[in-house]
Amino acid sequence: MSDKTSKTTRGATKLALAAVFMFSFGYLLVPLYDVFCDLTGLRFTDEEAVALSPQELEEDTSRLVTIQFDVSMNQGMSWHVKPEMQVMEVHPGRVYTTFYSASNRTVGEMVGQAVPSVAPIAANKYLVKTECFCFDNQTIAAGETVNMPLSFMLNPRLPPNVNLVTLSYTFFDITKNASAENQLDSVLAYK
Amino acid sequence: MSTVAAGDHHDHPESPYSIKRWLFTTNHKDIGTLYLWFSFIMFLIGGVMALVIRTELFQPGLQFVDPQFFNSMTTMHAIMMIFGVVMPAFTGLANWLIPMMIGAPDMALPRMNNWSFWILPFAFAMMLSTLFMDGGGPAGGWTLYPPLTLQTGDALPFVILSMHFMGLSSIMGAINVVATVLNMRAPGMTLMKMPLFVWTWLITAYLLIAVMPVLAGGITMLLTDKYFGTSFFNAAGGGDPVMFQHIFWFFGHPEVYILILPSFGVVSSIIPTFARKPLFGYASMVYATGAIAFLSFIVWAHHMFTVGMPLAGELFFMFATMLIAVPTGVKVFNWIATMWRGSMTFETPMLFALGFIVMFSIGGFSGLMLALAPVDFQYHDTYFVVAHFHYVLVPGSIFAIIAAVYYWLPKWCGNMYSEGLGKTHFWLSTIFVNLTFFPMHFVGLAGMPRRIPDYALQFSDYNMMATIGAFGFGLSQLLFLVLVIKAIRSGNKATSQVWEDAEGLEWTLPSPAPYHSFSTPPAIK
Ligand code: HEM
Ligand SMILES: [Cu+2]
Repeated sequence: MSDKTSKTTRGATKLALAAVFMFSFGYLLVPLYDVFCDLTGLRFTDEEAVALSPQELEEDTSRLVTIQFDVSMNQGMSWHVKPEMQVMEVHPGRVYTTFYSASNRTVGEMVGQAVPSVAPIAANKYLVKTECFCFDNQTIAAGETVNMPLSFMLNPRLPPNVNLVTLSYTFFDITKNASAENQLDSVLAYK
Repeated sequence: MSTVAAGDHHDHPESPYSIKRWLFTTNHKDIGTLYLWFSFIMFLIGGVMALVIRTELFQPGLQFVDPQFFNSMTTMHAIMMIFGVVMPAFTGLANWLIPMMIGAPDMALPRMNNWSFWILPFAFAMMLSTLFMDGGGPAGGWTLYPPLTLQTGDALPFVILSMHFMGLSSIMGAINVVATVLNMRAPGMTLMKMPLFVWTWLITAYLLIAVMPVLAGGITMLLTDKYFGTSFFNAAGGGDPVMFQHIFWFFGHPEVYILILPSFGVVSSIIPTFARKPLFGYASMVYATGAIAFLSFIVWAHHMFTVGMPLAGELFFMFATMLIAVPTGVKVFNWIATMWRGSMTFETPMLFALGFIVMFSIGGFSGLMLALAPVDFQYHDTYFVVAHFHYVLVPGSIFAIIAAVYYWLPKWCGNMYSEGLGKTHFWLSTIFVNLTFFPMHFVGLAGMPRRIPDYALQFSDYNMMATIGAFGFGLSQLLFLVLVIKAIRSGNKATSQVWEDAEGLEWTLPSPAPYHSFSTPPAIK
C-alpha cells in the first residue's frame, strides 16, 4: 500500500513538474516563434532586407511602382505627424529619400517610437529601408517640429503583379518607458 | 446523503447539512457533488449574462445596456461557461465516476482534490467582483487580445489572478485524474479494458497539464506588459500583439478539445447501454481520441487566418485542421455502427446522447467550413463562428453533461428521476437550442459581426428568433433543476444495475453508491 502511495506521489510530482515546464514553455514560445520564422524564412528582418545589397541591383527604369505613405497615432499618442509626400512613383533599384515631419504640441518633451508595416504582405521583404526614423526612438522637445528622414529602395525582384505598395507607420508614445530606462541608466552610472 | 453498504467499516459521512463536511471532505463522491452543483450555479449566472446579451440583440439599436457593459457580458459569459461550467462539470463527473469505473476506493490524491475544488468559488467570486470595479469588468473578449484587453480598468489584475486560480484548480484536478487512473486500477483492469469515459478523461488530463500553464504564461505576460513595462505584445517596445494570439491559441485550441473529449466518453458509455450492443470499435475509439489530442496541438492558427500569415502557414493550418475531421468522423461512425440493428430504447440519457451526435456533427461541419482559409476571411468574427462553437458546446458538451447526469443520477442518489419530465426537458432544450443558434448561421454568413451590441436592420428577424430561443432554453433548464431535486428527495428506488443492459463496474455497486466505493478491489472478468 505504501509502495503504491509513494508511486502516486512520484507520479504526481512529475506531472506538476511538467506543468511548471509548460509554463516556461509559454515564455519560450516568444523566442521560438522567431527562431522558427527565421529557420523557415517565413519572416525576415530589416537587417536581412538590407543584406539584399543595393549595389548589385540595377535600377529598373522600365518599371514604375506607386508607393503610398501613411501614418497613424497609437492610442494616447498626441504627436502630429505627416509624410512629406503622400504618394511617390518609384523605379525599383534606386534609393529615394523623403521625410516625415512630426510636431509635439504638448508642453513636455516626449519620446516616440514608429513601427512600420507594409502592404501587401508580398511586398514586405522587397521594401528596403536604408535609413529610417523607425530604427531608433525619437525625442521631440515641447512645441518643436522635426523632419525625420527616410531612405528606401524597392528591390527589383519585387513580384511583377505588385504595382502599389503602402508603407504605414504607427507612432507609440514611449516617454514613460524611456524615462524609466534613463533613470535606470543614471542609477547604474552613479554606481 | 446515503446509507453505507452493509459490512462497510469506514466512517459514516457526517450529516449532509454540516458545512464542515463539505469544506473538509476528501471523499471523491462529495467532491464530485460539489463540482456539479458549483457548475450548475455558474450555469445559471452565465446563462443570465447570455440573456442580457440576447435581450440587447432582440431588436436593432441600443436599448437596454450600454455597449461597454454589453461587451463585458460577452466576455464574462464565455469565461463563466468555459471555466466555470463545462470544465468543473467534467471534473465533477470524473470525481464521481472514475474511481467507481476502475474499481478504486477513492481518488489518488484526496487532499489535493479538496483544494482543487475549493479554489474555484474564490476564483469566480473574484472574477464576478470585477463587474463592480472602476472601469467595469473585462470587456475585450474571453480571448483577452492585447492591446484591447490592456485597456481594461482596475479589473485586469483581478481577472488575471482569478484565471490563474482557475488554471491551478484544473491542473490539480488533472494531476489527480492521471494519478488515479495510472495507479489505482483494480487488478486485471488493464488500460485497454478501461471504459472510454476514463480513457477520454486521461487524455484530457494530459491536455490540461500541457496547455493550462501556457495560458498562465500568456496572461502573466499581459500583466507585466501593463504594469511592469515589459513589451511582449507592445509594438513600441519591439513586441508583437499577434504573438499573444499565437500563445493564446496554442492553449485555446487544445482547450476546445478539453471541452469535448470527456463528452465523447459519456456518449460512448450511454449509446451501447440503450442500443443493447457493445461499443463498436473500442480500440479505434481510443486511438481516435489520442489522434485528436495530438492534432489539437498543430492547428491553433486556424483562429488567426486573417492576421496576415504567410501562405505556407495558411495552407498548413488549413490542412491540419481538416485532418481532425478524420478521427472525429471515426467516432461518429462508431456510435452509429453501435446502434445499427441494436434494440434501441429512448430513455432521456439516450435522447440527449442522440441529440449530441446529430447536433455536434452540425457544429463539426461548420467547423470544417471555417477551416477553409480563403472563406474564413469572410466568416471570421461573424455570427457564423458564434453558431459553430455554440453547436459544439451547447448541444455538444452541455448536452453530454446533462446526458451523464440523467444516466448516472440513479446510481448517485438511489432514486429514478421522472422520465416524463426528463423527456420534456430534452425536447424543450432541443427545440430551443436550435431556435437560438441555427439562425446565427444565416446572419453570420450575411455578415453580422460578433461582439457588437447593435446590428443592421436586415438581421432583425433572425435575431428576434434567437432571443426567443435563448429565453426558452434558459427557462427549460429550470425544469432540469426541479427534476434533479425531486429525484434526490424521492422517486422509485433504483436497482444496482439501473439500466437493463448497463455494463461497467459502477453498476455492480448498490444504488445509491456507498460512501466508499471499492474498499476491496473487485474481480475483473
Ligand atoms: C471538426 C472539428 C472542428 C473544426 C474543423 C473547427 C474549426 C474551427 C475554426 C476554423 C475556428 C475559427 C473560426 C474563426 O474565428 O474564424 C473555430 C472556432 C471555434 N471553435 Fe471550432 N472546430 C472544430 C471543433 C470544435 C469543437 C469540438 C469545439 C469545442 C467544443 C470548438 C470550439 C470552438 C470555439 C470556442 C471557437 C471560437 C473561439 C473564439 O474565437 O472565440 N470547435 N473552430
Ligand atoms: Cu480551434
